[in-house]
Amino acid sequence: MTDPLIINLALMILFLPLLGFVVTLLLGKRIKAIYIFELFIIILTFIGAVALAFIKLNYYQNTDIVSQFTWINFGNVPLLGQTSIDLGFLIDNIAVLMMFVVALISMLVHIFSIAYMKGDKLYNRYFAYLGIFTFSMTGIVFTHNMLMIYIFWELVGLSSYLLIGFWYEKKSASDAGKKAFIVNRVGDLGMLAGILILYTTYHTFTFSQIFAQISAGHLPFNSEFWLTVTGILIFCGAIGKSAQFPLHVWLPDAMEGPTPVSALIHAATMVAAGVFLIVRVYPLLTGGALLFIAVIGMLSAFIPATIALTQNDIKKVLAYSTISQLGYMVMGLGVGAYKFAFFHLITHAFFKALLFLGAGSVIHAMHHEQDITKMGGLRKKMPLTYATFLIASLAISGIPLTSGFLSKDGILQGSFAFGSLTGYWIFGFVGFLVAMMTAFYMFRLLILTFHGKPKDQHKYDHVHESSFSMAMPLVVLAALSIFIWYTPNPFNPEQGAILSNWIKTPQLVTPQDTRYNFMKSDVPAGTVTSTVPENSEIMYSENYTEALHQAHIPAMLLSLVLAGLGILIAFIFYQWKKVDTDKLANSIKPLYNLSYNKWYFDEIYDAVFVGGTLFLSKILSWFDINIIDGIVNGSATLTRAVSTFTGKFDNLVVDGFVNFMAYLSGFVGLIFRRFQTGKVQTYIVFVVFSIVILLFIFK
Amino acid sequence: MINNYLITFLLAVPLVGALLLLLIKKDKENLVRYFGLFVSTLAFIISIIIYAGYDSSKGGFQLVEKQMWISNLHISYNVGVDGISLLLVLLTTFLTPLTLLSSWKSINKKVKEFTFFMLLLELGMLGVFVSLDLFLFYIFWEAMLIPMYFIIGIWGGPRRIYASIKFFLFTMFGSLLMLVAIVWLAVYASGTLGHFTTNLVELYSIAPTIPYGIQLWMFLAFALSFAIKVPIFPLHTWLPDAHVEAPTAGSVILAGVLLKMGTYGLLRFCLPLFPQAAIHFAPYISTLAIIGIIYGALVAMVQKDMKKLVAYSSVAHLGFVVLGIFAMTQESVQGAVIQMVNHGLSTGALFLLVGVIYDRMHTRLISDYGGIAKIVPVFATFFMVASLSSIGLPGLNGFVGEFLILLGTFKSPVLDSWWFAGFATSGVIFAAVYLLWLYQRVFFGEVKNPKVNELKDMNKREIFILSAIFVFIIWIGIYPSTFLKISETSTKKVIEQVFSPVNTGSK
Repeated sequence: MTDPLIINLALMILFLPLLGFVVTLLLGKRIKAIYIFELFIIILTFIGAVALAFIKLNYYQNTDIVSQFTWINFGNVPLLGQTSIDLGFLIDNIAVLMMFVVALISMLVHIFSIAYMKGDKLYNRYFAYLGIFTFSMTGIVFTHNMLMIYIFWELVGLSSYLLIGFWYEKKSASDAGKKAFIVNRVGDLGMLAGILILYTTYHTFTFSQIFAQISAGHLPFNSEFWLTVTGILIFCGAIGKSAQFPLHVWLPDAMEGPTPVSALIHAATMVAAGVFLIVRVYPLLTGGALLFIAVIGMLSAFIPATIALTQNDIKKVLAYSTISQLGYMVMGLGVGAYKFAFFHLITHAFFKALLFLGAGSVIHAMHHEQDITKMGGLRKKMPLTYATFLIASLAISGIPLTSGFLSKDGILQGSFAFGSLTGYWIFGFVGFLVAMMTAFYMFRLLILTFHGKPKDQHKYDHVHESSFSMAMPLVVLAALSIFIWYTPNPFNPEQGAILSNWIKTPQLVTPQDTRYNFMKSDVPAGTVTSTVPENSEIMYSENYTEALHQAHIPAMLLSLVLAGLGILIAFIFYQWKKVDTDKLANSIKPLYNLSYNKWYFDEIYDAVFVGGTLFLSKILSWFDINIIDGIVNGSATLTRAVSTFTGKFDNLVVDGFVNFMAYLSGFVGLIFRRFQTGKVQTYIVFVVFSIVILLFIFK
Repeated sequence: MINNYLITFLLAVPLVGALLLLLIKKDKENLVRYFGLFVSTLAFIISIIIYAGYDSSKGGFQLVEKQMWISNLHISYNVGVDGISLLLVLLTTFLTPLTLLSSWKSINKKVKEFTFFMLLLELGMLGVFVSLDLFLFYIFWEAMLIPMYFIIGIWGGPRRIYASIKFFLFTMFGSLLMLVAIVWLAVYASGTLGHFTTNLVELYSIAPTIPYGIQLWMFLAFALSFAIKVPIFPLHTWLPDAHVEAPTAGSVILAGVLLKMGTYGLLRFCLPLFPQAAIHFAPYISTLAIIGIIYGALVAMVQKDMKKLVAYSSVAHLGFVVLGIFAMTQESVQGAVIQMVNHGLSTGALFLLVGVIYDRMHTRLISDYGGIAKIVPVFATFFMVASLSSIGLPGLNGFVGEFLILLGTFKSPVLDSWWFAGFATSGVIFAAVYLLWLYQRVFFGEVKNPKVNELKDMNKREIFILSAIFVFIIWIGIYPSTFLKISETSTKKVIEQVFSPVNTGSK
């Protein structure tokens, strides 16, 4: 259904940040304080998002609000039988929850940045870029079709590019921006191909219409295989945006951007857009596509976690941790733990934004020092930053009473259940392993930064707790990392409104035999109605519910034990220093190097893709100048050679003959001139002589 | 009815303007400039009136004027527009005054001659787009070469003579075969219609009866000529030279309009006149187009000269247009038409911007720059938007065209493999690579060349020129319907001509 109030509210939330961007950008040079306008705008946006969520979740909890308008009207020449390409909004519970997260974190980051960015030459421009980011992100969240997702997908990519390379005088920053944009484009390529397949098959970009046609049995190229391929292609977009293996390499480099930006874009919201995309297209994903997604998610959870163990740059550790956590969400979606994966997106957004802002607070205090081996002892000087950072670390490690415990445990539980039903235990296994590593590297980070003795006394002496505008966001986010907002029972998230009422698993539309066996509907094929019933959930088989139930307690206990173990090892290594870590690193040198050098992804990619492309380009350029243009110039030279030759020929032979004839006639004339003496006697002698000769001849 | 003479009026404006210009004294350079600007602006206004008078819902050739010229050969002065040519006419008359304005300071020798040739060039280009008679078309097609030859040859860079001769010969070479084909067509018409004719509409009507074997040869003769103009790989090497040597105004017109004459020719003549041959050759030409997309982008990547980089990017972008035309679906051809306009705007803007910086620094080598974003922020912003438009960022014009072309290619009836769309899609990545890398090297980082510290940012005139273009870059990006609507019935007609039942039956 549609509702003018909600749609107008959504339009307002969408376009306010755009207004903020345009005004701040255009007046940034002239009016020093114009950033206040952008702040004002983002606060309005946040209020709008709160109002929207409130109205939607209270009054339209089971109804999705849709509104569409025509973008390209084909008038009297229909394309693929359609007279127009429509864009539009889909305001469902997922969208308003996501929007709340985006608007809140965006607002907090704006506020945090007031102090953090103070003194920057392009202060206003920075706020303008935050504005266009918020606009683009909102577009992704609110849209009801693939095309608009793609459009805003590229726009968030642009704002990410602008903000990563914000300090563009640094080569590493502009390199990182470029890398982010291009690596993302690689993923977008697959997504674009997927969208094109969907449009050429279904003649629409709108999710609900695509789903309806799939459930009616209409498949791309009439094959289930191609439905799987399409799902995987669209997922490629998520691989890029959510920095999943093997396109994860841009995210650590993106840390070149200002730290509040890392918190907003590269931790909490934009990188989660990939997960959001999977959520949006979830009904059309076949079992094959979901398994692919689960594998990518698992690898992305595992590999970066191993890298984070040894990194010394505070932001790099957090960046790898982000990839790893996003991997969790992706894996969660892949194994069918839809609700928990989306739930983890929300909880992660808060505690990861908090970690980054906390890191920003530290970096700011340490005068742009980011190496944790040079920090230490900051706990005493920055108690508030420390306390909030500790809460976030507990949350990401999955310790009870935090939000992270609730959501992460759900994903692990889902992986466990998935293992017991399908035999693929690997996901659960890796999930627990990563949980332990996460706890370890987070507490390594925490201990090295805040505990122990300061390594750099000079810098330490100048450290002071951050000002209000930087501290306030930390407190808000820390509060949101506690369980109470999500469920009254800290050990069972499903008792809270968010999981029991708000997030709903969508109805799958894929053909029955392409689904996981536990997602098959009990309704026989063909009797499913052609339109997707709004808000009906996936019909999991009873086995699944039971397996999930059985997995609950073991998963929780195991994850607790492992997380505790990870934290304990971190304390043994770094707090109590019972183990010589250098020695340990030496004894497992190859593994340590692999982790420390980030599995050599950058080196390999640089050699193969960057080097390969450049090499090919140079060869082609040489080919262009020497071969293709060589042929052109060669034929010109040939033509000239031929002309020269014909010219010579013309001069020597043709004209030579003419001249020779002239010369010959001249010569002949010279001889015959002798006879022309003018004397009559001579003539008579010639005549008589001639007659005599003639008489002899003719007898 | 004034409507019947509108197009003649449009052609007359630059012609009469050029002739009147000859009366102005040579040393009154500013008067010459203002006069040239006035004339070309007038032409723009007239083309707007033509746009207003054109009924896009009907399609077909409108505002047609026909005067018998050489009556015993049925050669006529026959002009008119349909949606496709109208868009290109608008593009031409829009860009010409802007290029004159952009040369305000940079052209300071032989201003009168320059303006004269620019107006003649405008006449030639407009003539090509509005001719409905092959003979007339051919005259404009060839005549247009002469002013361009002089513009490159007189006001060009150090290798201008080489470049202008190369440009001239390359194009001439293709046109000769086209002339043969035109004569053959006219003779063939006399067998079918009973009289010799070069009238396009009449030729359309007999096109389906041309035997398949002969269509193939005719198609090739026409296509070669157009392929050189586009240029389609591997006939493109005249382009970088011409661009590098041409003055800014020449480059803008060359990229903005001249190249479109090739793609326009393919769409206006090759497809409807030789439909079966076009279907037969579609996979081959599309393959060349895709090679062009990837090849042009890769070669662009390693160029050291900014102008050459943009020139090679044109090869890639025009590859998309050609692909769109030969995918022969409503979406792809519509995409190709809008992409012709897009390329004119985006690449035109890029050349103008390179010209802006060249006027100040007299170098186009990328390595002479670096870190200028903070010295010339306005320029940097404009360059960024132009690059993003060229990359095909959604919200700007390039995306609309590329998207429609890829969409159409995916479901093309004549390109029977998804590889075409698959490979073409990869061009989307490369464009981002070479333009962002260019941008990084020129604008980001630290200043290495101390000379750039004295760079002045864009002045009001330059800002005006580029803003005018950007209005349309954004307009097309956000609301393309305004422009797509103009050509939709016309592109539909072209596709119907290709696939009309007669054609498929007579093979």
